[in-house]
Amino acid sequence: MEGQLILDRSDFDLLFLAFQTNGYEVIGPSVVDNAIVYTSLNSPKDLPAGWTDEQNGGTYRLKKRNDEALFGYSVAPQSWKKFLFLPALCLWKSHQTEKGLEFSVPQEPPRKMAFLGVRACELKAIGIQDGIFMHGPYADPSYSLLRGGTLIVAVQCCMAGGTCFCTSMGTGPRVTQGFDLSLTEILEPGRHYFLIEAGTESGARILQQIPRRPARADEIEKSERFLAATESRMGRVLDTKDIKGLLYRNYEHPRWDEVSRRCLTCTNCTIVCPTCFCASVEDRTDLAGENAERWRRWDSCFTMDHSYIHGGCVRSSGISRYRQWMTHKLATWIDQFGTSGCVGCGRCITWCPVAIDITEETAAIRSSGDVGRSLFGKRGE
Amino acid sequence: MIDRKPDPMLPEPYRIERILKETGDTFTLELESTNGAGIAAFSAGQFNMLYVFGVGEVPISISGDPGKPGRMVHTIRAVGAVTKVMRTWKRGSVIGLRGPYGKGWPIEESRGNDIIIIGGGIGLAPLRPALYRLIFERQKYGRVILFYGTRTPADILFHRELESWRGRLDLDVYVTVDRAIASWRGNVGVVTTLIPKASFDPLQTTAFVCGPGVMMRFTALELERRGIPSENIYLSLERSMKCGIGLCGHCQLGPCFICKDGPVFCYNKVKSLIALREI
Amino acid sequence: MHTLEPILAQQPFLQNLDSEHLQLLVGCASNVRYDAGQFLLREGEEANQFFIIRSGKVAIEIYSPECGPITIETLGDGDVLGWSWLVSPYLWRFDARAVELTRALVLDGKCLRGKCETDHHLGYALLNRFAHIIDRRLQATRIQLLDIYRA
Repeated sequence: MEGQLILDRSDFDLLFLAFQTNGYEVIGPSVVDNAIVYTSLNSPKDLPAGWTDEQNGGTYRLKKRNDEALFGYSVAPQSWKKFLFLPALCLWKSHQTEKGLEFSVPQEPPRKMAFLGVRACELKAIGIQDGIFMHGPYADPSYSLLRGGTLIVAVQCCMAGGTCFCTSMGTGPRVTQGFDLSLTEILEPGRHYFLIEAGTESGARILQQIPRRPARADEIEKSERFLAATESRMGRVLDTKDIKGLLYRNYEHPRWDEVSRRCLTCTNCTIVCPTCFCASVEDRTDLAGENAERWRRWDSCFTMDHSYIHGGCVRSSGISRYRQWMTHKLATWIDQFGTSGCVGCGRCITWCPVAIDITEETAAIRSSGDVGRSLFGKRGE
Repeated sequence: MIDRKPDPMLPEPYRIERILKETGDTFTLELESTNGAGIAAFSAGQFNMLYVFGVGEVPISISGDPGKPGRMVHTIRAVGAVTKVMRTWKRGSVIGLRGPYGKGWPIEESRGNDIIIIGGGIGLAPLRPALYRLIFERQKYGRVILFYGTRTPADILFHRELESWRGRLDLDVYVTVDRAIASWRGNVGVVTTLIPKASFDPLQTTAFVCGPGVMMRFTALELERRGIPSENIYLSLERSMKCGIGLCGHCQLGPCFICKDGPVFCYNKVKSLIALREI
Repeated sequence: MHTLEPILAQQPFLQNLDSEHLQLLVGCASNVRYDAGQFLLREGEEANQFFIIRSGKVAIEIYSPECGPITIETLGDGDVLGWSWLVSPYLWRFDARAVELTRALVLDGKCLRGKCETDHHLGYALLNRFAHIIDRRLQATRIQLLDIYRA
């Protein structure tokens, strides 16, 4: 592989074309409904050139930039999750005959997608979901198939969003591995270009089809400076020191009650979160009762149904559901999967209608000292 | 076109070969695979996801003998939408089945110990396979004691089998009910009141407990009070399940997934979790 | 004539009792036997005794006109029956009936009440043990009340 290369802005469209001619459907950012969302792109013109987002607690605004950067925004409202872990999926169809029951799985045409503009936090989140859906005792065939056909074109972040805290979670802003191609967009007076490198053979093969030249040391150094600046401008901070212990010890902290008075249990955070993976199943029949289908849909631990067993929900109060989500995300996930469930993308903060901020909630619990009983039933342990 | 198999969410069709009515709302199904492949091997304490056409799927513990290949046996209490439809099934109906899933009772690991089995209500069903295994290699264990509690005498599950086990010289069986009827000459009181009746060496005893959550909590405490270390007490827990394979997120109890880390858990691992509210 | 001392001393309920207190109890104790169906005590009557069951089964019953006698709990070997002798107005609240042939030790509660008034050490020793029994019965009863096996 060729190391760091330079792709001029004027040749960028050829990169886009190369994805398409190599059979990839390009999924990337575009301005839709006053937001920069990830969607299917037909041409490079669909990219959000000159647009940025301003994000803060419960706030998202699309704003014009004073340049023509293609990737000059932080993160889309939803993540790449919805292209790999489909929000609605027909698992199988069933047909009742005199002989009994038959099951069949809908056949799908293979789908190759190029994810154009994957941030470091998002790449980490994809890795976390890879672990859950592909490397557990049972693999999800739909996720595996879609993931196998995906080309990851990462983009290094040259700005930090208002709710970003990837540095706190150790997930960015720098993309270091797990990508097929990595881009760093650099704009300076009179020049607009990309630093580009391949991370895999698939990425290298694409690169060979476009004009490029080796990067100079000063160009590489410039990109390093941008990344360093991004690192120092995070919108939020989350102190992760012994976070698992902190949340385990404070199972009955009064802050849970306080936050639940604000929380609407609207499930926005779980929808926008790139690692949330809860799902439910839905059974449908036709009117004649001869054909049935089972669908998998996204679900959320904020719903009352989520913990329903014989005649009651285990987690019926809002307190218990907010606590479940946050404790799972930051603490029990570590025991389950060996990593935090949070990548610091800030979406849950931006898209919470009442601006609940996971970093602020953690800080509030931390600052008061341990209160009440722990997950292990004891006080102060 | 690309085939998505092997697909762990796809059920296999199984035919109902026999239906037994157990008590008022409880029945047992004996199932055989329709493709003649024979049933998968399972261990005592595991469960399957059973699918009712067009209605839904539920996790049901296997209640049959792991040593008897050929039939998959489930004892089911009709409490919800899916299980109430199951009660209307006839012999010959075909249903969907996925499994077996989960971690079962640590029977082999308990060789040499006295074994206490405590069931409450329908909780005896996931324990029955353990009892079959213990009886099968009876000489590998010390005393084997079964305590069973249920609501009323009419609710006693596996009544005839209980009587035949009680008749064995190498098993101690104690039964109690919460409420008696006039003709009942047996024990009345919660199942924990039976424990003092048996003698066993607490440091060389393993206990398997299954029943309603409250019952398991208090039973485990009572067993500890009798000197059985918490690492030798096992419970079978239950939570909402949509997939049974660790992917849907519903069955979590703190850090534990009931479907893949359980449903059988060592008491010392879940002791505090099961006492917490709304976890 | 053999005394009941060794039998009383063996009872788990009386473990670690001072030997002089044990002697006192021996003086108040006798053996009884009930055939199946016989009452050990009746609701409303004066509570002047308590029993330590040696063998057999005793049902604690409440009679209701609609349902007949309802068994609330059964007691067996080693179980203690009756603490109303310790608590005024010293009246039994339930019936207790032998379900099968039952042998028990019966202790003279009225006599012991008097002795507890004068010897507070004895009083404490007995009350302590009964508090334990009442606590466990209450706990069990509470769980019974929950009707946990109901659908």
